Amino acid sequence: MSHKSPLALWRRFLALPNDSRAKTLGVAFLVSLVAAIAVSTTAVVLKPRQDAHIQAVREAKLAAMIATLPGLADVMRETGAETLETAIVALDTGAIAPGIDAAQFDFLAAQTDPAQSQPLAAANDIALIGQRPDFAPVYLLRGADGLALVVLPVYGKGYQSMIRAYLALHADLRTIAALSIYEQGETPGLGSRISDPAWQALWAGKQTADAQGQVTITVVRGAATSALEVDGITGATRSTTGVTNLVRFWLGNQGFGPFLKRLKAGEF
Amino acid sequence: MIDILVKSVFQENLALTFFLGICTFLAVSKRVETALGLGAAMIVVQSLTVPINYLIFQGLLVEGAWGWAGLPEVDLTFLKLICFIGVIAAFVQILEMSLDRFAPSLHQSLGVFLPLITVNCAILGGSLFMVDRRYDFTESVVYGIGSGIGWALAIAAFAAIRERLRYADVPDGLRGLGLAFIVTGLMSMGFSAFVGVSLP
Amino acid sequence: MRTSSLHHLTAPLIDNNPVTLQMLGICSALAVTTSLDTALIMSLALIGVLAAASTLISLIRRHLPASIRLVVQITIIASLVIVTDQLLRAFAFEISQRLSVFVGLIVTNCIVLGRAESFAMHNPVWPSFLDGVGNGLGYGLILMIVATIRELLGSGTLFGMTVLPLTSDGGWFEPLGFMLLAPSAFFIIGGLVWAIRTRNPAQVEANDFPIVTQTAEDQP
Repeated sequence: MSHKSPLALWRRFLALPNDSRAKTLGVAFLVSLVAAIAVSTTAVVLKPRQDAHIQAVREAKLAAMIATLPGLADVMRETGAETLETAIVALDTGAIAPGIDAAQFDFLAAQTDPAQSQPLAAANDIALIGQRPDFAPVYLLRGADGLALVVLPVYGKGYQSMIRAYLALHADLRTIAALSIYEQGETPGLGSRISDPAWQALWAGKQTADAQGQVTITVVRGAATSALEVDGITGATRSTTGVTNLVRFWLGNQGFGPFLKRLKAGEF
Repeated sequence: MIDILVKSVFQENLALTFFLGICTFLAVSKRVETALGLGAAMIVVQSLTVPINYLIFQGLLVEGAWGWAGLPEVDLTFLKLICFIGVIAAFVQILEMSLDRFAPSLHQSLGVFLPLITVNCAILGGSLFMVDRRYDFTESVVYGIGSGIGWALAIAAFAAIRERLRYADVPDGLRGLGLAFIVTGLMSMGFSAFVGVSLP
Repeated sequence: MRTSSLHHLTAPLIDNNPVTLQMLGICSALAVTTSLDTALIMSLALIGVLAAASTLISLIRRHLPASIRLVVQITIIASLVIVTDQLLRAFAFEISQRLSVFVGLIVTNCIVLGRAESFAMHNPVWPSFLDGVGNGLGYGLILMIVATIRELLGSGTLFGMTVLPLTSDGGWFEPLGFMLLAPSAFFIIGGLVWAIRTRNPAQVEANDFPIVTQTAEDQP
């Protein structure tokens, strides 16, 4: 065959009848190729920007939550502490893991990495997260009199999305200083109201556990009647149930329970 | 299994609780026969695509699915949207060709809305819910059949109401589509009553 | 030619509106209209995807084999939606968080495939582009109207800024909680259709069984 220029080949391809096998396969292949290139290029090129956004949001929420807690700005000023002390704890034992660099630790990745997490039995998985990471970061804020605040990153399944939040506990480790939800994809207008500052403010001062030490903090339907209950949101029962379950999970033995026991015993 | 079936027909009806597939719902509900025909087509597509999508999801997309090829860390779940749609599109194309051959009058009356089953949010929604709720294979089959039946039930009931409304003295501007919207709103309010029902 | 180009852009606004006449794109009109900013971003995203999809499909329409027609259209639309989603997450992160799944649902938005099948497959590129933009604008118009009503009456705000002070904040306005639930969008759109057709009697559907009133001549 004589040498054919690419343009001539292309024209010949276009001139084929639409229903011929060659044309069908060719068009299918070309469209898939162009689509794949467009999608992957965009995803790869934009990933750093997206990650930066997520990181910025997370840090901003943490800083904002800390700033709104009463007395906290003062504590931070007194001790000259500008950031929280971050520690990586092993969730099974509650001990601080010495070998892990807090700045490098990627909690988000650890949550789904089978090498860094354990699958949960259905009976234990009240937050519906499937598997629980072996290590998790905790943030300790100390004042002149010792421990002032403990901030725990918590997450769990809501109605239709993963809800992520920071739970701040006062030094007695039973009173909630704040709950700050920084990521959720619940129903706009209904479940998404768990992100309303007004609702999150209801958590301040609530108790996590009863006199026997059982973690029973609950978001109830309607108005709360005790320090172990939080007002519900009409039309958002499943989302708020998700919040209840994730708070209980992470305060329990499967979550930060062992760590909090050690903290209470004065180990750190 | 039974509670998945009943829930997908009543409490979590794709058309009236989640409002998926409304365009087709409104367009093909003028006569009960066409509505039943479309409903039957939906049941077929749904019952078959949800299990197939389950197999594809578990077999090709989840992390560890490519372990046999020495790539256990590959996680392709971000492709699920396009994979599911692809399967559904291929399926509907086959359905269209079979209807054209074996039931040409139904094919004619469904018109452009037959290919629109492909983008019927209810079909894609069914597959996405299956992933979200982590159903296994049998549950996927039951859920596919149940959600298809739920959608078909909704459109058949709606068509029956609309047929009767044709005899009603409706203001000119409201006749047809306008009233259809309002009736759908009322039906969905009615179906929201099922939300509290739970089987033992 | 200029008249017909403008026609593609303006006809879908009222005369041939995708939501109120063609019955396309309704599912998302119910879900994203609880607030104005989500409705606005959704509309813009849809206009972008629709215009691009119609243009691309019209470009290849003569070489698209009938047997893979649907799958190819879907692939193009899905890729465009994924790209749009990525762009939103990179450049408008907060809004994309609020929209979450709905941008993904543009893939199943009947308007895109509906216009591709009915228009872009049979018309040249420039009219297809205009048709895409026009239908997107028509969709956006309905979305904005519904969202205005729902947000104003459901939360007393517009674009998040308080217009009617709520009683819970010390004001006088008792919000209509029903406006935040989906059936309300149905009622509002039904009302909109009624309004459009009262002004535009050409769109009114024919009465199959008109009621004939008895006149004096019918008396025995």
